[in-house]
Amino acid sequence: MKTPFIKCENLSFSYTNDDRSVEVLRDIDLQIDKGSFVAILGHNGSGKSTLAKLFNLILTPASGRLWIDGIEVTSEQFTEEDVLAIRRKIGMVFQNPDNQLVATVVEEDIAFGPENLGVEPGEIRKRVDEALETVGMTAFKKHSPHQLSGGQKQRIAIAGVIAMLPDCIVFDESTAMLDPIGRDDVMRTIRKLNEEKGITVIHITHNMNEAVLADRVVVIDDGVIALDGTPRQVFTQVEKLRSVGLDVPQVTELFYELKNDGLPLPNGVLDECEGADAFEALLKGGR
Amino acid sequence: MIKDITLGQFFPGDSLLHRLDPRMKILLSVVFIVAVFLAKSAASYGLLVVFVAVLAAVSQIPLKTILRGMKPILLIVVFTAVINLFWTKGERLLVDFYFIHIYQESILRMVYMVIRIVSLLVGTSILLTYTTSPIMLTDGIEPLLSPLKRIGVPVHEFAMMMTIALRFIPTLVEETDKIMNAQKARGADFAGGSLTDRAKALIPVFIPLFVSAFRRADDLATAMECRCYRGGEGRTKMTELRFHKEDFLFALCVIAFGALLVLTNILLPFGAI
Repeated sequence: MKTPFIKCENLSFSYTNDDRSVEVLRDIDLQIDKGSFVAILGHNGSGKSTLAKLFNLILTPASGRLWIDGIEVTSEQFTEEDVLAIRRKIGMVFQNPDNQLVATVVEEDIAFGPENLGVEPGEIRKRVDEALETVGMTAFKKHSPHQLSGGQKQRIAIAGVIAMLPDCIVFDESTAMLDPIGRDDVMRTIRKLNEEKGITVIHITHNMNEAVLADRVVVIDDGVIALDGTPRQVFTQVEKLRSVGLDVPQVTELFYELKNDGLPLPNGVLDECEGADAFEALLKGGR
Repeated sequence: MIKDITLGQFFPGDSLLHRLDPRMKILLSVVFIVAVFLAKSAASYGLLVVFVAVLAAVSQIPLKTILRGMKPILLIVVFTAVINLFWTKGERLLVDFYFIHIYQESILRMVYMVIRIVSLLVGTSILLTYTTSPIMLTDGIEPLLSPLKRIGVPVHEFAMMMTIALRFIPTLVEETDKIMNAQKARGADFAGGSLTDRAKALIPVFIPLFVSAFRRADDLATAMECRCYRGGEGRTKMTELRFHKEDFLFALCVIAFGALLVLTNILLPFGAI
């Protein structure tokens, strides 16, 4: 039996602008298990980033109930002190790597979180060194952030979150501004955190190839959950994904089209190797 | 090139002065400034010059760098010298030429004033700006000003602001560069025209820059909140400043210099004005 780390019931949120109120999320029911790797997909303005901000208590839900690690954060008894405890458990990495680094030296920046928590100096030192090791940036600890590339900055931001020893990290389109190399580095780091440290990962993205790496994909469209399942389950529903303004990975799309043209191919092919194997089987079978 | 901008005049190195605790350096700068104004006699001014020379030698900062750093005050030095030479009165008249009267005391006063201004600037910049990185200075200012917290001065916030400003200067410089290039690509002309034309040409640079700076500030505030920032209360520091033996030894030297200076004023009053 898996324990839910995040659980929400009928969660809604609306932005109020002057006298107009725009509903961004409607009646979201979602449960995210401890140690899982969930990708949240959605086109721009679908409400996926808003959901992340609700998890981190940056925004307060309009209605509905939300539990984080067994604590109901929407209850009356929830105080300002508890907010800090939740924020320590759920770290967040944002889109723009430049706008989340505070200090002028890499290691000082990683120490920022633990310093805020009032951790002992010796312990902070240890955590900073470990976090740098985990993201593979030890060689850059004395550098200044502006000397680093986008991917490197993003890994420093991740290290800054790891140093707070979170149970869960939310990546809010953290790879969107990176070049392909930086993106690969960051994705590898994310996977490593999930597999080796057992950190629950919520990866918000609109890159399909990144979503394939997750255990579970949740598609949000127009403030409601449109699809939810394993990457294979979700990406087989090509028509449905298109209707919510999303693409499927190129390989998946190729196989979908070929199948539609009458070739006996499996549905829901997720990566190139799998596709090559399927072709091989088809060609051998045809001979 | 734009990425390598250095802030202030910090000259990286590993001399004794570079290693000293920033708090001690700030305090000793105050002591030094007081000492400069205490000098009265020729001997004490001489002592001052020797002390500044020793500081410069210990700091291992090239003389060229120090001289270049004095360029901005050259005008002030010359102005002060001229004023003191021509407009002060004394007893022994040396030159009497139409409206120009130069007294022996005026010459002495002029020399003293020049020594005072130059050693004030060189001494404090060696102690502070040349040998202390801006971030070390900020780290040093926070604990020194912390007694002011009791009367409600937001000392921690001030230090945090300084740190963030230092962090974002290179980022914003880069951004300015990008925006200027973008506007040039659309035909903006920053180099030509009258002064007002050039100032006007900068408006399309500053507006996007400001908008983006505000957006960054908003993002940064959210990110800081996510990392449990809630002001200086209950905050620890990874690297705590600690006084070492050399800090106290150096403090002793500076205080001894101050005492010696006062002593020479009394014992060797020759040339005092």
